[in-house]
Amino acid sequence: MRLSRRRLNGLTEHGFSILITLFGLLILTFVIGRIMPTDPVRAMVGEDASREVYEHVYQQLGLDKPMWQQFLLYLRDVVTLDFGTSIRTGQPVLQDIARALPATIELATFAIIIGAGLGTPMGVIAAVNKDKWQDQVIRVLSLMGHSMPIFWTGMIALLIFYANLGWVGGSGRMSQFYIGLVPERTNFLLIDSILAGQWDVFWSALNHLILPAALLGYSSSAYITRMTRSFMLDQINQEYVTTARVKGLSRRQTIWRHAFGNIRVQLVTIVALAYGSLLEGAVLIETVFAFPGFGQYLTSNLLIGDMNAVMTCVLIVGVIFIGLNILSDILYRVFDPRTR
Amino acid sequence: MSMTQETSAALPRRTMPQGLIAARNIVVFLTRSPTSLFGLVVLGLLLILALFAPLIATHDPYMQDLQNTLHPPSSDYLFGTDELGRDIFSRLVHGSRITLTIIFLVTIVVGPLGLIFGTVAGYFGGKVDTVLMRITDIFLSFPSLILSLAFVAALGPSLNNAIIAIALTAWPPIARLARAETMTFRQADYISAARLQGASPARIIWRSIVPMCLPSVLIRLTLNMATVILTAAGLGFLGLGAQPPLPEWGAMIATGRRYMIDSWWLVTFPGLAILSVSLAFNLLGDGLRDALDPKQMNRR
Amino acid sequence: MDPILDIRNLSIRYQGSAEPAVRNVSFTLGRERLGIVGESGSGKSTVGRAIMRLLDTAELTADKMTFEEVDLLNASERQMLKVRGQRMSMILQDPKFSLNPIQRCGHQIAEAYRTHVRCTKAEARQRAVEMLEQVHIRDPERVYDMYPHEVSGGMGQRVMIAMMLLTSPDLVIADEPTSALDVTIRLQVLRILDGLVRDKGIGLVMISHDLNLVRAFCDRVLIMYAGRLVETLDAKHLDRAQHPYTQGLLAAQPRIGGPRGPLSVLDRQDSWLNAQGEVA
Repeated sequence: MRLSRRRLNGLTEHGFSILITLFGLLILTFVIGRIMPTDPVRAMVGEDASREVYEHVYQQLGLDKPMWQQFLLYLRDVVTLDFGTSIRTGQPVLQDIARALPATIELATFAIIIGAGLGTPMGVIAAVNKDKWQDQVIRVLSLMGHSMPIFWTGMIALLIFYANLGWVGGSGRMSQFYIGLVPERTNFLLIDSILAGQWDVFWSALNHLILPAALLGYSSSAYITRMTRSFMLDQINQEYVTTARVKGLSRRQTIWRHAFGNIRVQLVTIVALAYGSLLEGAVLIETVFAFPGFGQYLTSNLLIGDMNAVMTCVLIVGVIFIGLNILSDILYRVFDPRTR
Repeated sequence: MSMTQETSAALPRRTMPQGLIAARNIVVFLTRSPTSLFGLVVLGLLLILALFAPLIATHDPYMQDLQNTLHPPSSDYLFGTDELGRDIFSRLVHGSRITLTIIFLVTIVVGPLGLIFGTVAGYFGGKVDTVLMRITDIFLSFPSLILSLAFVAALGPSLNNAIIAIALTAWPPIARLARAETMTFRQADYISAARLQGASPARIIWRSIVPMCLPSVLIRLTLNMATVILTAAGLGFLGLGAQPPLPEWGAMIATGRRYMIDSWWLVTFPGLAILSVSLAFNLLGDGLRDALDPKQMNRR
Repeated sequence: MDPILDIRNLSIRYQGSAEPAVRNVSFTLGRERLGIVGESGSGKSTVGRAIMRLLDTAELTADKMTFEEVDLLNASERQMLKVRGQRMSMILQDPKFSLNPIQRCGHQIAEAYRTHVRCTKAEARQRAVEMLEQVHIRDPERVYDMYPHEVSGGMGQRVMIAMMLLTSPDLVIADEPTSALDVTIRLQVLRILDGLVRDKGIGLVMISHDLNLVRAFCDRVLIMYAGRLVETLDAKHLDRAQHPYTQGLLAAQPRIGGPRGPLSVLDRQDSWLNAQGEVA
């Protein structure tokens, strides 16, 4: 009931609403960019530039024009995928992001596999054993995961598993030793290292990925567990579950074949949303682990007020989020026969 | 089987619970579950710490003592000292004031804002709903930390701006929830009855719909508080929230990070403080959900 | 003839409640159609579910409770898995809720077969389609591939009947099989169920609150009140009811061509709670 949404009148309306959301997103990033306290011109030309140079760049950037024209210019840039250059790196922002984003996707994908793999069965177990000790233990475990400041847990975990025990790699994407060894093709290090046949690099990358991914995964499993449990509780008392038992199916079969099938739809939505919020955790965890991903790129540019980079990063996160929402919507339609 | 179904269907959803009795019942219910009790106790402790911070703190939280830097925990310095010789325990105690300020300010902005947006959108439906929900959707299309980051970057890093940024990003889920709740009983008979009696939409929303949404909004706010605290701490950690020398817990972790390998107490205690407060909110919210959800109560 | 069901002094108490929901109910069932009639809350559905051993949180006590050679009181869940769905099954009230919304009707029917019979998918499909034909569904192949929300209530309930009779059980419990349906198709569905039950020689327990319906489709009727069995009667001789509750129920039924005065209302007496029905 809660999740059933109004049927949308066809894909056109759906697409239209996505467009509006995108447009709002652009306004938002534009506004954020305009009210940033740093002077974009000064940041570009440097402190010692002459007045003429300053004026020239000022006009070049269109800052002398009225706001709405500036917004149109921004729109044009976005449509042509021209996001400007980053002041910090001197490279086109898009190129920077194309390097940083795959690292984060690698991290987030690993994390969501851990999170969903952990969270779903835990949620089902908790629901089936509602109010018994299993439920209580899982409840506390998942609330813990939900409550921990991930940057702090990351530090403590580094201290224990890297500094003291030496089980995992420390900071970065791979050990210093291997940097530059693998040609960048996809920018997904795990894939690139396999393509290059560099197994040492692959293991090093995996070794560096596992701790931050496990922490992120645990924190998102908290959410997935709780949602799975409550979805499952709604289903377990439904009549069709009784029907399944009457047919002679075992408890386990009724739960996994029948009840679980009915929460799959909602679960997919939840996992997609959890994947989006992993990006958030990634910002913090990447800072702690000095993991050269999207989150680190964003924060380091925030601190120096690199407008182009920040606006683009925020825009891309928004687009990824909208994309995930669309994806979960599509999956919703695919999985639930009632919405076909 | 059929009996429980009938009672839950027939269970009257009262418009306005008798405030005090209900509150007492809720507290009684919460104290019965050990986890919610833990949450209540921690938050009570936080409140006491914040109120009586100068009395509880053993040292001046800002006083530097360069003779005594990075002193491990001892009877003099309960949680040790930081790189400038400041007493960590006292800083944590004073930091609770910052945490409470954040919680308080965010709540009084987010709660009413979300309720108004949600109930109005849900009650009127149609174009109003579309427009309002579109706005919420835009805000919802960001993870809250990243949007707060962007806002703070735009406004300039400071504690106040962090609070504004968090409040700006925290209301849409509340609005969504209030809208969904409103939609479920917009068609209810007692709303139609109120309408037939000639009550104005504002009155119906205020008298009949807001009280119905309140329980779930409260739960959601409590649960969201954990996120708010984590976001605030995260901003502090990234250097975008409270600025030194303010004893904000996240910022304390950030400065402690450099000395972490040799002086574990610098990051451990502030982290535990954040963890226990956000855990407390989560446990309490979880308990509240059980206490306020009639369906859940019935199942027991 | 050996009885299919033999129940003596069955009491059922739900966990967390002091009073038993059902107390001291005794009856036997042969290859016949037995109706259990009572108002809501009288414990009739609870009895049905207890026979299927579906009440996980309830405590069952009885002197005897057997289904054919199976001791229902002491059978393990593993034993019950072999019995449920194969030798006894149950038709639930409302197909809108009792069919799994995300599985095709046919798949759900076939699953009942495949759970108990080792066979190929095609074979199970074949059997399911045949069964759909037997419940008078005109285009069984098409209905097989439909989702529950795509079929009407009457059709859904026929799907349910097909699912539950596919394994040719010896006992079928029908728990208010038609209360959720439109009045106009109730009889139609009941006739289908009745025909199959007669043809296959299945023992039927029909749980209902509708006295007339039970009278028309059953051989014998048990009357339950407040968890107790107050009376057992032949359906033909319902009018000879002894117990005041049954008499009251009968008097409250409107009749075509009968007197047009106000119908009488039940005047409940505490003494009914102590009365024990005669066991036939």
